[in-house]
Amino acid sequence: MGLSSLDSAPGAAHEVLPQFCMQCGTCSVVCPMIDYMEHSPRVLNAMLMAGSYEDVLRSRAIWACTGCYACTVECPKQLSVTESIYALKRASLRTGVYPRRFVTPVLALQFVRLINRRGRSSEAWISLSLYLRTRPFQLLRYAPVALRLMRRGRLPLWSDSLREPAQLRKVLDALEVTTGEDR
Amino acid sequence: MNYAYYPGCSAKGTGRSYEESLNAVFGALGTGLDELKDWNCCGASGYPAVDMAKAVALSARNLALAEGARPGPAPVDVIAPCAGCYRALLKTERALADGGAVAARVSGALGAAGLRYEGRARPRHPLDVLVNDIGLDRIAEATVQPLRGLRVACYYGCLLVRPYATFDDRRAPTSMERLLAAAGAEPIDWPLRTRCCGGSCYCGGPLIGALPDATLRLSHRLLADAKQRGADAIATVCPLCQFNLEAFQGQMARKFDEPVSLTVGFFTQLLGTALGLDRRALGVHRMLQWRLPEPAGAEGGTHV
Repeated sequence: MGLSSLDSAPGAAHEVLPQFCMQCGTCSVVCPMIDYMEHSPRVLNAMLMAGSYEDVLRSRAIWACTGCYACTVECPKQLSVTESIYALKRASLRTGVYPRRFVTPVLALQFVRLINRRGRSSEAWISLSLYLRTRPFQLLRYAPVALRLMRRGRLPLWSDSLREPAQLRKVLDALEVTTGEDR
Repeated sequence: MNYAYYPGCSAKGTGRSYEESLNAVFGALGTGLDELKDWNCCGASGYPAVDMAKAVALSARNLALAEGARPGPAPVDVIAPCAGCYRALLKTERALADGGAVAARVSGALGAAGLRYEGRARPRHPLDVLVNDIGLDRIAEATVQPLRGLRVACYYGCLLVRPYATFDDRRAPTSMERLLAAAGAEPIDWPLRTRCCGGSCYCGGPLIGALPDATLRLSHRLLADAKQRGADAIATVCPLCQFNLEAFQGQMARKFDEPVSLTVGFFTQLLGTALGLDRRALGVHRMLQWRLPEPAGAEGGTHV
Protein backbone atom coordinates (compact mmCIF):
# COMPACT_ATOMS: atom_id res chain seq x y z
CA MET A 1 0.00 0.00 0.00
CA GLY A 2 1.39 3.38 -0.93
CA LEU A 3 1.20 6.73 0.69
CA SER A 4 -1.71 7.66 -1.55
CA SER A 5 -3.89 5.54 0.74
CA LEU A 6 -3.70 8.41 3.22
CA ASP A 7 -5.49 10.67 0.79
CA SER A 8 -8.14 8.08 0.07
CA ALA A 9 -8.84 7.77 3.78
CA PRO A 10 -10.52 11.03 4.70
CA GLY A 11 -11.11 9.91 8.29
CA ALA A 12 -7.44 9.23 8.87
CA ALA A 13 -6.32 12.41 7.14
CA HIS A 14 -8.71 14.44 9.22
CA GLU A 15 -7.40 12.78 12.34
CA VAL A 16 -3.78 13.66 11.66
CA LEU A 17 -4.15 17.14 10.22
CA PRO A 18 -3.65 19.85 12.83
CA GLN A 19 -5.73 22.37 10.94
CA PHE A 20 -5.89 24.88 13.70
CA CYS A 21 -2.33 24.68 14.98
CA MET A 22 -1.02 28.20 15.49
CA GLN A 23 2.63 27.13 15.89
CA CYS A 24 3.02 28.47 19.42
CA GLY A 25 5.37 25.60 20.36
CA THR A 26 3.81 24.80 23.72
CA CYS A 27 3.72 21.09 22.78
CA SER A 28 7.47 21.14 22.14
CA VAL A 29 8.22 22.92 25.40
CA VAL A 30 6.39 20.38 27.55
CA CYS A 31 7.44 17.27 25.58
CA PRO A 32 9.70 15.06 27.74
CA MET A 33 11.06 13.28 24.67
CA ILE A 34 11.98 16.28 22.52
CA ASP A 35 15.73 15.60 22.84
CA TYR A 36 15.16 12.30 21.07
CA MET A 37 13.17 13.69 18.15
CA GLU A 38 14.68 14.98 14.91
CA HIS A 39 11.55 17.17 14.47
CA SER A 40 9.84 18.70 17.49
CA PRO A 41 6.06 18.26 17.85
CA ARG A 42 5.56 21.84 16.65
CA VAL A 43 7.68 21.20 13.58
CA LEU A 44 5.79 17.96 12.92
CA ASN A 45 2.60 20.01 12.90
CA ALA A 46 4.16 22.55 10.54
CA MET A 47 5.29 19.78 8.21
CA LEU A 48 1.80 18.29 8.17
CA MET A 49 0.24 21.67 7.40
CA ALA A 50 2.76 22.11 4.59
CA GLY A 51 1.77 18.73 3.19
CA SER A 52 4.98 16.83 3.97
CA TYR A 53 3.15 13.72 5.18
CA GLU A 54 5.72 11.32 3.93
CA ASP A 55 8.59 12.94 5.82
CA VAL A 56 6.50 12.91 8.97
CA LEU A 57 5.57 9.26 8.52
CA ARG A 58 9.19 8.31 7.93
CA SER A 59 10.41 10.18 11.00
CA ARG A 60 11.67 8.64 14.22
CA ALA A 61 10.11 11.54 16.08
CA ILE A 62 6.60 10.11 16.04
CA TRP A 63 7.99 6.83 17.39
CA ALA A 64 9.85 8.58 20.21
CA CYS A 65 6.52 9.79 21.63
CA THR A 66 5.76 7.93 24.87
CA GLY A 67 2.10 8.97 24.79
CA CYS A 68 2.25 10.94 28.04
CA TYR A 69 -0.38 13.52 26.93
CA ALA A 70 1.53 16.53 28.32
CA CYS A 71 1.13 18.31 24.96
CA THR A 72 -2.57 17.48 24.79
CA VAL A 73 -3.22 18.94 28.22
CA GLU A 74 -1.26 22.12 27.54
CA CYS A 75 -2.25 22.88 23.92
CA PRO A 76 -3.97 26.30 23.99
CA LYS A 77 -5.98 25.28 20.94
CA GLN A 78 -6.98 22.04 22.64
CA LEU A 79 -5.72 19.92 19.78
CA SER A 80 -5.45 16.19 20.43
CA VAL A 81 -1.74 16.18 19.71
CA THR A 82 -1.05 12.79 21.29
CA GLU A 83 -3.94 11.07 19.52
CA SER A 84 -2.71 12.60 16.26
CA ILE A 85 0.71 11.10 16.84
CA TYR A 86 -0.90 7.71 17.49
CA ALA A 87 -2.72 8.12 14.16
CA LEU A 88 0.56 8.99 12.46
CA LYS A 89 2.18 5.87 13.93
CA ARG A 90 -0.65 3.77 12.52
CA ALA A 91 -0.36 5.46 9.14
CA SER A 92 3.41 4.89 9.05
CA LEU A 93 2.91 1.17 9.72
CA ARG A 94 0.03 0.93 7.26
CA THR A 95 2.04 2.53 4.48
CA GLY A 96 5.15 0.61 5.43
CA VAL A 97 7.44 3.66 5.64
CA TYR A 98 8.14 3.46 9.38
CA PRO A 99 11.82 3.48 10.40
CA ARG A 100 12.69 -0.23 10.30
CA ARG A 101 15.84 0.12 12.33
CA PHE A 102 14.19 2.03 15.14
CA VAL A 103 13.20 -0.07 18.07
CA THR A 104 9.77 1.28 19.08
CA PRO A 105 7.75 0.33 15.97
CA VAL A 106 9.29 -3.14 16.14
CA LEU A 107 8.22 -3.34 19.76
CA ALA A 108 4.67 -2.20 19.02
CA LEU A 109 4.29 -4.85 16.31
CA GLN A 110 5.77 -7.57 18.53
CA PHE A 111 3.51 -6.53 21.36
CA VAL A 112 0.40 -6.72 19.20
CA ARG A 113 1.42 -10.16 17.92
CA LEU A 114 1.84 -11.37 21.48
CA ILE A 115 -1.54 -10.03 22.59
CA ASN A 116 -3.27 -11.49 19.54
CA ARG A 117 -1.77 -14.87 20.29
CA ARG A 118 -1.99 -15.07 24.07
CA GLY A 119 -4.40 -12.37 25.17
CA ARG A 120 -1.96 -11.13 27.78
CA SER A 121 1.47 -9.60 27.80
CA SER A 122 4.55 -11.21 29.29
CA GLU A 123 7.25 -8.78 30.32
CA ALA A 124 9.95 -11.45 30.26
CA TRP A 125 8.98 -12.78 26.85
CA ILE A 126 8.61 -9.44 25.14
CA SER A 127 11.84 -7.97 26.46
CA LEU A 128 13.79 -11.09 25.56
CA SER A 129 12.39 -11.32 22.04
CA LEU A 130 12.95 -7.62 21.45
CA TYR A 131 16.55 -7.75 22.58
CA LEU A 132 17.22 -10.76 20.43
CA ARG A 133 15.76 -8.99 17.44
CA THR A 134 17.31 -5.58 17.85
CA ARG A 135 20.44 -5.73 19.99
CA PRO A 136 21.38 -9.08 21.44
CA PHE A 137 24.59 -7.76 23.00
CA GLN A 138 22.66 -5.45 25.29
CA LEU A 139 21.11 -8.50 26.94
CA LEU A 140 24.19 -8.94 29.09
CA ARG A 141 24.00 -5.39 30.36
CA TYR A 142 20.56 -5.87 31.83
CA ALA A 143 20.79 -9.54 32.75
CA PRO A 144 21.74 -8.79 36.38
CA VAL A 145 18.58 -6.69 36.83
CA ALA A 146 16.48 -9.44 35.29
CA LEU A 147 18.01 -12.02 37.64
CA ARG A 148 17.35 -9.87 40.70
CA LEU A 149 13.73 -9.51 39.64
CA MET A 150 13.39 -13.24 39.00
CA ARG A 151 14.71 -14.07 42.45
CA ARG A 152 11.94 -11.91 43.89
CA GLY A 153 9.22 -13.48 41.77
CA ARG A 154 8.79 -10.38 39.64
CA LEU A 155 9.76 -11.72 36.24
CA PRO A 156 7.90 -15.00 35.71
CA LEU A 157 9.03 -16.75 32.54
CA TRP A 158 5.57 -18.11 31.93
CA SER A 159 2.50 -16.00 32.49
CA ASP A 160 -1.09 -17.09 32.29
CA SER A 161 -2.81 -16.90 28.97
CA LEU A 162 -6.58 -16.87 28.60
CA ARG A 163 -8.66 -19.90 29.52
CA GLU A 164 -11.03 -19.21 26.66
CA PRO A 165 -8.95 -17.45 24.00
CA ALA A 166 -11.65 -18.12 21.38
CA GLN A 167 -13.86 -15.32 22.68
CA LEU A 168 -11.17 -12.63 22.42
CA ARG A 169 -10.19 -14.08 19.04
CA LYS A 170 -13.76 -13.56 17.80
CA VAL A 171 -13.82 -9.95 18.96
CA LEU A 172 -10.55 -9.15 17.21
CA ASP A 173 -11.44 -11.11 14.06
CA ALA A 174 -14.68 -9.16 13.74
CA LEU A 175 -12.60 -6.00 13.45
CA GLU A 176 -10.26 -7.42 10.86
CA VAL A 177 -12.03 -5.76 7.93
CA THR A 178 -10.61 -2.28 7.84
CA THR A 179 -11.68 0.67 5.82
CA GLY A 180 -8.87 2.95 6.84
CA GLU A 181 -11.40 5.26 8.37
CA ASP A 182 -10.89 4.52 12.02
CA ARG A 183 -7.72 2.54 12.23
CA MET B 1 -19.52 -4.94 48.79
CA ASN B 2 -16.39 -5.93 46.95
CA TYR B 3 -15.13 -4.02 43.96
CA ALA B 4 -14.60 -5.65 40.57
CA TYR B 5 -10.89 -5.81 39.90
CA TYR B 6 -8.90 -5.64 36.67
CA PRO B 7 -5.25 -6.41 37.51
CA GLY B 8 -3.52 -5.92 34.15
CA CYS B 9 -0.45 -7.85 33.06
CA SER B 10 2.15 -6.06 35.19
CA ALA B 11 0.30 -6.90 38.39
CA LYS B 12 1.23 -10.52 37.71
CA GLY B 13 4.86 -9.71 36.95
CA THR B 14 7.12 -6.83 37.88
CA GLY B 15 4.28 -5.15 39.80
CA ARG B 16 3.22 -8.16 41.89
CA SER B 17 3.68 -6.29 45.12
CA TYR B 18 1.20 -3.66 43.88
CA GLU B 19 -1.51 -6.32 43.72
CA GLU B 20 -0.44 -7.83 47.03
CA SER B 21 -0.44 -4.53 48.88
CA LEU B 22 -3.69 -3.43 47.25
CA ASN B 23 -5.45 -6.60 48.40
CA ALA B 24 -4.00 -6.24 51.89
CA VAL B 25 -5.02 -2.58 52.24
CA PHE B 26 -8.54 -3.08 50.94
CA GLY B 27 -8.95 -6.12 53.19
CA ALA B 28 -7.82 -4.12 56.22
CA LEU B 29 -10.34 -1.41 55.37
CA GLY B 30 -13.17 -3.92 55.23
CA THR B 31 -13.66 -4.35 51.50
CA GLY B 32 -12.29 -6.67 48.85
CA LEU B 33 -11.46 -7.13 45.20
CA ASP B 34 -13.07 -9.68 42.86
CA GLU B 35 -10.71 -10.34 39.97
CA LEU B 36 -12.39 -10.46 36.55
CA LYS B 37 -12.35 -13.96 35.13
CA ASP B 38 -10.31 -14.43 31.97
CA TRP B 39 -9.46 -10.74 31.51
CA ASN B 40 -7.19 -9.76 28.64
CA CYS B 41 -4.42 -7.19 28.20
CA CYS B 42 -5.59 -3.55 27.98
CA GLY B 43 -3.44 -2.96 24.90
CA ALA B 44 -1.24 -0.48 26.79
CA SER B 45 0.14 2.07 24.36
CA GLY B 46 1.59 -0.44 21.93
CA TYR B 47 -1.74 -1.62 20.57
CA PRO B 48 -3.25 1.81 19.79
CA ALA B 49 -0.09 2.56 17.78
CA VAL B 50 -1.05 -0.31 15.48
CA ASP B 51 -4.84 -0.60 15.46
CA MET B 52 -7.16 1.79 17.29
CA ALA B 53 -10.45 -0.09 16.91
CA LYS B 54 -8.94 -3.30 18.25
CA ALA B 55 -7.25 -1.43 21.08
CA VAL B 56 -10.64 -0.02 22.09
CA ALA B 57 -12.16 -3.50 21.78
CA LEU B 58 -9.60 -5.06 24.13
CA SER B 59 -10.76 -2.91 27.04
CA ALA B 60 -14.38 -3.18 25.90
CA ARG B 61 -14.21 -6.93 26.44
CA ASN B 62 -12.89 -6.40 29.97
CA LEU B 63 -15.67 -3.94 30.80
CA ALA B 64 -18.23 -6.35 29.32
CA LEU B 65 -16.84 -9.16 31.50
CA ALA B 66 -17.26 -6.97 34.59
CA GLU B 67 -20.90 -6.29 33.72
CA GLY B 68 -21.51 -9.95 32.91
CA ALA B 69 -20.30 -10.94 36.37
CA ARG B 70 -22.74 -8.50 38.00
CA PRO B 71 -26.07 -8.54 36.20
CA GLY B 72 -28.68 -5.94 37.07
CA PRO B 73 -29.07 -2.24 36.58
CA ALA B 74 -26.46 -1.12 39.10
CA PRO B 75 -23.19 0.51 38.01
CA VAL B 76 -20.10 -1.67 38.39
CA ASP B 77 -16.91 -0.03 39.63
CA VAL B 78 -13.89 -1.72 38.06
CA ILE B 79 -10.68 -1.06 39.95
CA ALA B 80 -7.61 -0.78 37.73
CA PRO B 81 -4.44 -0.06 39.72
CA CYS B 82 -2.07 0.32 36.74
CA ALA B 83 -2.27 3.88 35.41
CA GLY B 84 -1.79 2.59 31.86
CA CYS B 85 -4.69 0.12 32.10
CA TYR B 86 -6.78 2.79 33.82
CA ARG B 87 -6.28 5.17 30.89
CA ALA B 88 -7.01 2.43 28.34
CA LEU B 89 -10.28 1.55 30.10
CA LEU B 90 -11.28 5.23 30.29
CA LYS B 91 -10.46 5.70 26.61
CA THR B 92 -12.75 2.79 25.73
CA GLU B 93 -15.52 3.98 28.05
CA ARG B 94 -15.48 7.37 26.30
CA ALA B 95 -15.08 6.00 22.77
CA LEU B 96 -18.10 3.74 23.25
CA ALA B 97 -20.19 6.45 24.90
CA ASP B 98 -19.75 8.89 22.00
CA GLY B 99 -21.63 6.61 19.62
CA GLY B 100 -19.30 7.21 16.66
CA ALA B 101 -18.08 4.81 13.99
CA VAL B 102 -15.59 3.08 16.29
CA ALA B 103 -18.31 2.55 18.91
CA ALA B 104 -20.58 0.85 16.39
CA ARG B 105 -17.84 -1.42 15.07
CA VAL B 106 -16.60 -2.38 18.54
CA SER B 107 -20.14 -3.09 19.80
CA GLY B 108 -20.68 -5.26 16.75
CA ALA B 109 -17.43 -7.13 17.41
CA LEU B 110 -18.42 -7.74 21.04
CA GLY B 111 -21.79 -9.02 19.85
CA ALA B 112 -20.09 -11.45 17.47
CA ALA B 113 -18.44 -13.00 20.51
CA GLY B 114 -21.64 -13.00 22.59
CA LEU B 115 -20.61 -10.02 24.69
CA ARG B 116 -22.31 -6.75 25.45
CA TYR B 117 -21.19 -3.50 27.07
CA GLU B 118 -24.07 -1.45 28.45
CA GLY B 119 -22.03 1.38 29.94
CA ARG B 120 -22.57 0.28 33.54
CA ALA B 121 -18.95 -0.68 34.15
CA ARG B 122 -16.91 2.34 35.26
CA PRO B 123 -13.12 2.32 35.51
CA ARG B 124 -11.91 3.47 38.93
CA HIS B 125 -8.41 3.96 40.23
CA PRO B 126 -7.73 2.68 43.77
CA LEU B 127 -6.32 6.10 44.76
CA ASP B 128 -9.70 7.63 43.87
CA VAL B 129 -11.56 4.90 45.77
CA LEU B 130 -9.39 5.24 48.88
CA VAL B 131 -9.66 9.03 49.02
CA ASN B 132 -13.23 9.53 47.83
CA ASP B 133 -15.17 6.33 48.67
CA ILE B 134 -13.44 5.10 51.80
CA GLY B 135 -12.39 8.56 52.88
CA LEU B 136 -9.49 10.19 54.66
CA ASP B 137 -11.21 10.09 58.07
CA ARG B 138 -11.46 6.34 57.87
CA ILE B 139 -7.81 6.12 56.75
CA ALA B 140 -6.64 8.29 59.65
CA GLU B 141 -8.74 6.21 62.05
CA ALA B 142 -7.25 2.93 60.77
CA THR B 143 -3.67 4.23 60.91
CA VAL B 144 -1.93 2.43 63.76
CA GLN B 145 1.67 3.14 62.76
CA PRO B 146 1.70 6.69 61.45
CA LEU B 147 4.43 7.28 58.86
CA ARG B 148 5.79 10.03 61.09
CA GLY B 149 8.89 11.70 59.69
CA LEU B 150 8.59 10.01 56.31
CA ARG B 151 9.19 12.64 53.67
CA VAL B 152 7.51 11.18 50.64
CA ALA B 153 7.52 12.36 47.03
CA CYS B 154 4.12 11.45 45.57
CA TYR B 155 4.63 10.51 41.93
CA TYR B 156 1.59 10.42 39.63
CA GLY B 157 3.38 10.02 36.31
CA CYS B 158 1.45 10.58 33.09
CA LEU B 159 -1.60 8.51 32.67
CA LEU B 160 -3.38 8.64 36.00
CA VAL B 161 -4.40 12.26 35.46
CA ARG B 162 -3.82 12.71 31.73
CA PRO B 163 -5.63 13.09 29.45
CA TYR B 164 -8.71 12.27 31.54
CA ALA B 165 -8.87 14.07 34.86
CA THR B 166 -11.50 11.92 36.51
CA PHE B 167 -10.93 12.72 40.15
CA ASP B 168 -8.02 15.12 40.40
CA ASP B 169 -6.32 18.04 38.68
CA ARG B 170 -4.38 17.32 35.48
CA ARG B 171 -1.49 19.62 36.37
CA ALA B 172 -1.39 19.73 40.13
CA PRO B 173 -3.02 16.62 41.61
CA THR B 174 -3.15 16.32 45.42
CA SER B 175 -5.02 13.07 46.19
CA MET B 176 -1.94 11.04 47.04
CA GLU B 177 -0.44 13.77 49.21
CA ARG B 178 -3.70 14.02 51.16
CA LEU B 179 -3.97 10.24 51.51
CA LEU B 180 -0.43 9.72 52.78
CA ALA B 181 -0.66 12.78 55.03
CA ALA B 182 -3.75 11.17 56.61
CA ALA B 183 -1.50 8.16 57.25
CA GLY B 184 0.98 10.42 59.04
CA ALA B 185 3.58 10.99 56.29
CA GLU B 186 5.03 14.33 55.24
CA PRO B 187 4.56 14.72 51.48
CA ILE B 188 7.10 17.05 49.91
CA ASP B 189 6.26 19.73 47.39
CA TRP B 190 7.25 18.24 44.04
CA PRO B 191 6.49 20.00 40.76
CA LEU B 192 7.80 17.07 38.66
CA ARG B 193 5.17 14.69 40.03
CA THR B 194 3.29 14.40 36.73
CA ARG B 195 6.37 14.38 34.48
CA CYS B 196 6.81 11.26 32.33
CA CYS B 197 9.29 8.61 33.60
CA GLY B 198 10.08 7.70 30.00
CA GLY B 199 8.67 4.22 29.99
CA SER B 200 4.91 4.69 30.01
CA CYS B 201 4.65 3.44 26.49
CA TYR B 202 6.67 0.43 26.35
CA CYS B 203 5.87 -1.74 29.31
CA GLY B 204 9.19 -2.25 30.97
CA GLY B 205 11.27 0.74 30.04
CA PRO B 206 14.97 0.14 29.68
CA LEU B 207 14.66 -3.56 30.39
CA ILE B 208 12.82 -3.81 27.13
CA GLY B 209 15.26 -1.35 25.70
CA ALA B 210 12.87 0.74 23.69
CA LEU B 211 14.88 3.88 24.18
CA PRO B 212 17.06 3.00 27.12
CA ASP B 213 19.02 6.23 27.22
CA ALA B 214 15.89 8.36 27.22
CA THR B 215 14.23 6.33 29.94
CA LEU B 216 17.32 6.37 32.12
CA ARG B 217 17.66 10.12 31.74
CA LEU B 218 14.05 10.99 32.47
CA SER B 219 13.90 8.64 35.43
CA HIS B 220 17.21 9.88 36.77
CA ARG B 221 16.01 13.46 36.64
CA LEU B 222 12.98 12.53 38.72
CA LEU B 223 14.98 10.61 41.30
CA ALA B 224 17.68 13.28 41.60
CA ASP B 225 15.13 16.05 41.99
CA ALA B 226 13.11 14.16 44.60
CA LYS B 227 16.30 13.47 46.54
CA GLN B 228 17.40 17.09 46.34
CA ARG B 229 14.05 18.11 47.76
CA GLY B 230 14.67 15.88 50.75
CA ALA B 231 12.50 12.89 49.90
CA ASP B 232 13.10 9.64 51.80
CA ALA B 233 10.96 7.66 49.38
CA ILE B 234 8.88 7.93 46.24
CA ALA B 235 5.30 6.65 46.18
CA THR B 236 3.99 5.48 42.81
CA VAL B 237 0.60 4.59 41.33
CA CYS B 238 1.84 2.72 38.26
CA PRO B 239 3.81 -0.52 37.97
CA LEU B 240 5.80 0.79 35.00
CA CYS B 241 6.86 3.98 36.77
CA GLN B 242 7.73 1.98 39.87
CA PHE B 243 9.84 -0.40 37.85
CA ASN B 244 11.61 2.29 35.85
CA LEU B 245 12.45 4.33 38.93
CA GLU B 246 13.53 1.41 41.10
CA ALA B 247 15.29 -1.13 38.92
CA PHE B 248 17.88 0.94 37.11
CA GLN B 249 19.34 3.13 39.83
CA GLY B 250 22.67 1.35 39.43
CA GLN B 251 22.81 2.06 35.69
CA MET B 252 21.83 5.67 36.32
CA ALA B 253 24.52 6.17 38.93
CA ARG B 254 27.16 4.95 36.47
CA LYS B 255 25.80 6.84 33.48
CA PHE B 256 25.27 10.19 35.18
CA ASP B 257 27.94 9.91 37.82
CA GLU B 258 25.45 10.81 40.50
CA PRO B 259 24.11 8.16 42.84
CA VAL B 260 20.36 8.33 43.30
CA SER B 261 19.62 5.55 45.75
CA LEU B 262 16.02 6.01 46.85
CA THR B 263 13.22 3.71 47.99
CA VAL B 264 10.50 3.57 45.35
CA GLY B 265 7.33 1.82 46.46
CA PHE B 266 3.67 1.63 45.61
CA PHE B 267 1.47 4.07 47.50
CA THR B 268 -0.47 1.06 48.75
CA GLN B 269 2.69 -0.35 50.35
CA LEU B 270 3.28 2.86 52.30
CA LEU B 271 -0.37 3.10 53.28
CA GLY B 272 -0.36 -0.57 54.32
CA THR B 273 2.68 0.07 56.51
CA ALA B 274 0.74 2.81 58.29
CA LEU B 275 -2.19 0.41 58.72
CA GLY B 276 0.19 -1.93 60.55
CA LEU B 277 0.11 -4.65 57.90
CA ASP B 278 2.73 -7.34 57.60
CA ARG B 279 5.70 -6.56 55.32
CA ARG B 280 5.25 -9.80 53.45
CA ALA B 281 1.55 -9.16 52.88
CA LEU B 282 2.57 -5.84 51.34
CA GLY B 283 5.12 -7.47 49.04
CA VAL B 284 7.98 -5.51 50.61
CA HIS B 285 10.23 -8.59 50.27
CA ARG B 286 9.97 -8.24 46.49
CA MET B 287 11.43 -4.74 46.40
CA LEU B 288 15.02 -4.20 45.33
CA GLN B 289 15.50 -1.79 48.21
CA TRP B 290 13.31 -0.67 51.07
CA ARG B 291 14.65 1.82 53.57
CA LEU B 292 12.24 4.00 55.45
CA PRO B 293 13.36 6.27 58.30
CA GLU B 294 12.65 4.89 61.75
CA PRO B 295 9.31 6.28 62.85
CA ALA B 296 9.73 8.76 65.67
CA GLY B 297 8.17 7.75 68.99
CA ALA B 298 4.73 9.03 69.95
CA GLU B 299 6.32 11.76 71.97
CA GLY B 300 9.27 12.06 69.61
CA GLY B 301 10.31 15.12 67.75
CA THR B 302 9.28 15.93 64.24
CA HIS B 303 11.57 15.64 61.29
CA VAL B 304 13.19 19.00 60.63
